Amino acid sequence: MIDFIIERYNFWIYIILMMIGLYAMITKRNLVKKVIGMNIFQTAIILFYISLASKRGGTLPILEHAHGEENLTVDVSNYINPLPHVLMLTAIVVMVATLGVALAILILIYRKYGTLEEDEILKKMQ
Amino acid sequence: MTDQAPIIIIIIPLMFALITPLLGWIRKNLCYPWVLLSITISALSSFIILRTVLLRGVIHYRLGNWDPPWGIEYVIDHLNALMLVIITVISLIVAVYSKKSIQREIPDKIVYFYTIFLLQVTGYLGIVISGDLFNIYVFLEIASLAGYSLIAIGDERAPYASFRYVVMGTIGASFYLLSVGYIYSVTGSLNIADVARLLPDLYNSNVILTALVFMFAGIGIKMAVFPMHAWAPNAYTHAPSAVSALMAPLMTKVAAYLMIRVSFTVFKPEFIIDVISLNSFISWIGAVGVLVGSIFAIAQNNLKKMLSYSVVAQIGYIALGIGLANNYGLTGAVLHIVNEAFTKGCLFLVAGGIVYRLGGCNINDFKNLFRKMPFTMTAFTIGAFSLIGIPPTCGFFSKLYLILGSIEADQWIFVGVLLFSSILNVIYFFRVIQVAAFEKQMPDHSREGPYEAVVIDEVPLTMLIPIQVTALGILLCGIFSTEIISAVIKHVIPVSF
Repeated sequence: MIDFIIERYNFWIYIILMMIGLYAMITKRNLVKKVIGMNIFQTAIILFYISLASKRGGTLPILEHAHGEENLTVDVSNYINPLPHVLMLTAIVVMVATLGVALAILILIYRKYGTLEEDEILKKMQ
Repeated sequence: MTDQAPIIIIIIPLMFALITPLLGWIRKNLCYPWVLLSITISALSSFIILRTVLLRGVIHYRLGNWDPPWGIEYVIDHLNALMLVIITVISLIVAVYSKKSIQREIPDKIVYFYTIFLLQVTGYLGIVISGDLFNIYVFLEIASLAGYSLIAIGDERAPYASFRYVVMGTIGASFYLLSVGYIYSVTGSLNIADVARLLPDLYNSNVILTALVFMFAGIGIKMAVFPMHAWAPNAYTHAPSAVSALMAPLMTKVAAYLMIRVSFTVFKPEFIIDVISLNSFISWIGAVGVLVGSIFAIAQNNLKKMLSYSVVAQIGYIALGIGLANNYGLTGAVLHIVNEAFTKGCLFLVAGGIVYRLGGCNINDFKNLFRKMPFTMTAFTIGAFSLIGIPPTCGFFSKLYLILGSIEADQWIFVGVLLFSSILNVIYFFRVIQVAAFEKQMPDHSREGPYEAVVIDEVPLTMLIPIQVTALGILLCGIFSTEIISAVIKHVIPVSF
């Protein structure tokens, strides 16, 4: 059982991070803390993708060709998978954009209600 | 030129969106014709695509000429082509309508409104056209981010409604991304056709089950299907009228399209139906959503909020149809996506027109509205009839197919739910019509005569024509529903049904 956990520690870390983020989004009353939770949640998914790519003993997926070595056969298992990294570059951009929009909306809320505590905002709405 | 239509339909609104702020910097008035031009080009290419698909079958468009499993591929079959036409037509109508409405509601943000408007349309079109799971995620986020910001520029409660949407929408999109990661980890592919080919051998794997659950949870949040609908009513109520008229008909329907795509193309229908019986769960939450949405709609005094709850109810119909997973049920669901887009478009446009004239949307202020705004309210009545399901409006036909599907599946409870929800629809729409048509303004005793003379005070022509066009669309969809089904929807149904 312990081995089962330790062997896959990267996946456990991603699950724990994801739950922390989800917990913050659900329970925290402060809107900035919700945004932070949202970011942790998204970061956890990035970690998951990166874990998928890694291989034991793998190296960077870059081929340095000398002259006349274009037909070099490559053993894929020696290189880590570059595709999840590329996907995550896009996902990071999306994450930053989401964070930007969320913070901009928080500024609007703060200008209107003068607070970022959810219960005070709800009280002022009525 | 015509074989490049699949890329033109995406690239034109995207590029035009990037140029819009520059144009607005030179002169604000240029933005409106610019947006109309770009969406018109998109609409024309969507019609070209539909025609090509009808004549020659499925289109495969390879971006950058890379072969499918490696490169991104746009795949357009009958379902996509239909969705593309709906999206471009509705957004063109809303774009025409937006001019006066935006000038009244958010006069100092016109340039940015149009920029984000085009990005939003790009996102919708991209989700529908793409044949690559990760690409769909990117477009889903483009559409959602544009949606968050468009909602936030609404009235004073809009930023908070928008923030809740940001939090829930991000959870939905992240679940979708996680599910794509799970699918990638076992199949090593992101292309939908390739994944669909590789998946059947892996149906026993727990990874695929987890991926499926995350996928449906994520799409469910975006689709505002019943237990995950909490963001929708407030977001659509407080957004500017033109934005609710764009988002309410399209965002949820695009997510519904995605659900059909995932259930019947990415996974095989046999897997969804026989192996895990996910479909009956979907149709049950759909049925509960129909009732809950309708009951909440009755309780509202604000027309836009009532319509927003009605969106939740209508999404319930679509989910119910998808979950029935038989020929009639799925036909009804797809037909209902088409009908709902026109009907909700029409009703939200009317709501925007009422806000434009009255400055608010409280149903109790609607007295004498039929005399003041006869054309607008006629369109509203047609839309209401369509939601209730009175022939010859299109809502009747989709409900008919859903009921036939429920009977075929031996689910008599769903038949009851569908019929009962029609009665609930009657209650909340006739309340509006009754106030607007029959309640007289209290006689003003300080003046001569028992009644005030009512002057016709219609909305401007650029708002009235789009409203009438959507109302006409409702009638045409109803009259030509058999043609739509035999030409397009028939090909959407999986062979095994």
